[in-house]
Amino acid sequence: MSLLRLLLAFGRVAAQRELAYRANFAIQALQSLIGLGTALAGLAVVFAHTTRLAGWRPQEVLALVGVFELVGGAIGLVIQPGMQRLMEEVRLGTLDYALLQPADSQVLVSVREVAVYRLADVALGLGVLLFALARLGTRIGPGRALLFAVTLAAGGAVVYSVWLGLATCAFWLVRVDNILVIFETMYDAGRWPVAIYPGWLRGALTFIVPVALATSVPVEALTGRLGAPGLAGSLAAAAALLVLSRWFWRQGLRHYSGASS
Amino acid sequence: MSSGPPRTPGGLRHLWAVYRGEFQTSVAVQLQYRGAQVIWLLGTVLGPLVYLAVWSAVAAASGGEVDGFSRASFAAYYIVLMLVNQVTFSWTMYEFDSRIREGAFSPLLLRPVHPIHADLADNLANKALTMLVLLPTAGVLALVFHPVLHPRPWAILALIPALGLAFAVRFTLEWTLALAAFWTTRTSALNQAYEAVLLFLSGQIAPLALLPGPFRAVADALPFRWMVAFPVQLLTGQPSPGAVAAGLAAQAAWLAAVLLLHRGLWRAATRRYAAVGG
Repeated sequence: MSLLRLLLAFGRVAAQRELAYRANFAIQALQSLIGLGTALAGLAVVFAHTTRLAGWRPQEVLALVGVFELVGGAIGLVIQPGMQRLMEEVRLGTLDYALLQPADSQVLVSVREVAVYRLADVALGLGVLLFALARLGTRIGPGRALLFAVTLAAGGAVVYSVWLGLATCAFWLVRVDNILVIFETMYDAGRWPVAIYPGWLRGALTFIVPVALATSVPVEALTGRLGAPGLAGSLAAAAALLVLSRWFWRQGLRHYSGASS
Repeated sequence: MSSGPPRTPGGLRHLWAVYRGEFQTSVAVQLQYRGAQVIWLLGTVLGPLVYLAVWSAVAAASGGEVDGFSRASFAAYYIVLMLVNQVTFSWTMYEFDSRIREGAFSPLLLRPVHPIHADLADNLANKALTMLVLLPTAGVLALVFHPVLHPRPWAILALIPALGLAFAVRFTLEWTLALAAFWTTRTSALNQAYEAVLLFLSGQIAPLALLPGPFRAVADALPFRWMVAFPVQLLTGQPSPGAVAAGLAAQAAWLAAVLLLHRGLWRAATRRYAAVGG
C-alpha cells in the first residue's frame, strides 16, 4: 500500500500548492465545463438526426462521454503530469534526485506529480455517467457493475502503461514531448463508440494506441454488450502491457547516464 | 541594413523584404522539426476523420442518407474541410499569453513594423510546407473513403478569393482576440471557448445545414462560417452564382469589420502594455 500512501502524500502537497492560485482553479473549472458542454452539444447535434449510432442508444453514448471525461480527468490528474516531469528531468539530468530516493523509482515517477484541478473532470465525468445510467432505465446489477469496474481498471492500466512506455523513450530520444501529443490526439477519438470507425482505425484504437480499452469497452461492459472474449482480451492486454512497460522502464534506467556524464 | 539604399519603414518594398526574410527564416526553422510536423499531421487528419465516421454511422442508421448527405458526400465534405481548415488556421492565440508573460513581446514592439507581419509570414511558411504533405494525404483519404463531388467550374474559380478572404478574416480575428492577453495573462479558458464556438459554427462538427435551427441562425450572424464552411460548400455543394457572390461580399464585409476591430484594440493594447512595462 506504499503506492497509495505516496499518492496521497503527493496529492496533499499538490493541493496545498494549487490553493495558492485560486483564480487559476476557477479558470480550470471553467475549462472543464466548456469541454463537457462542447461534448454534450455535439451529441445533441448528432442525435437530432438519428436514434442509434452504430447500434448505441443516446444514453449509452452519453455514458461513454462520462467515462471519457472520467478517464481523461484521471490521466490528467496523475499520469500525464508525472510523465511530463519525467521526460523533462531525463532531458535535464535531474532525474538523479528521484532515483536516489528509497521508494521504487517507477512508482515514484508515476505518482509524484498531481494536477489536483483535474479532479473537476473526474467529478463531472462521474456525474454524467450516473445521469446517463439513470436515464437508461435498465437496472445495473452488481455483476455488471463489477465487470465495469474491472474493465475500467484494466483500461486504466493499459493507458498508464502506454504513457510510461512513451515517456521511457526519452532515455534514448531525449526530446519526446511530441510523442505524447500522439496519445492526446488519439484519445479524442475515444469520445465516440469505437464501432463507428473503419476497421483499420478501430484496430489502431484497440491495439496500437489502445484508447478504446479505457473508454468504449467499460461502457460495453456496463450495457451488457461485452462478451467473454472482450473481457479476456482487456485483462490480457492490461497484464501484458503492465509487465512490458515495467521491463522497458528498467531498460531505460540502465541507459540513463545522469546529469554529470 | 547593408543591402541597397535605406528603405522607409512601412513602405511596400520594405514590407516585401520583411516578408521574404521572415518567410525564409520560418521555413528553415520549421524544417528542423520534421518529427513534430508529422505528429501534427496526425491531429489534422484525425479530427475530420472522427466526424466523418460519426456522420457515416448516422447515414448508415438512417438508410444511407441524412438530409441529402450520403456517405460519399460526407467523405467529400470532410476531406475538403480538412484542407480548407489547414489553409485558414492560425495558432497566434495559443502563444500570445506566454509571449506577453515572458516579455518576448517587448523586442517585437521595438521593431519598425507591426508584429502581425512576422506572424503572417511565419503562418504562410508553415502552410507552404504542410500542404506538401497534406495534399497527398487527402489523395490517400480519397482512395479510402470514395468521396463524390461535382463542383461547378465557376465555383472552383471563386474558391481562390474565397480561401484568401477566409484566411484573412480568421487570421486577423484570431490575432486580434489574442490581444486579450494584454489584459489577462491567462487566456487558456478564453481560447478554449473560442475553439468550441468555432467547432460548431464553422461547420466542423457537422455541415451547417445539419445544425438545429437556433445554431444555424447564430452561425449566420457570426463570422465563423465564412472562415471555413463557405469555401468548403463552394466545392461540395451546388451554390448558385448569386449565392457565391453574396458569400464573397459577406466575407469582404467581415474582413473590413475585423480590421477595424483590430485597429482599435491594437491601439488600446499597446498603450496598456507601455503602462505595465514601464
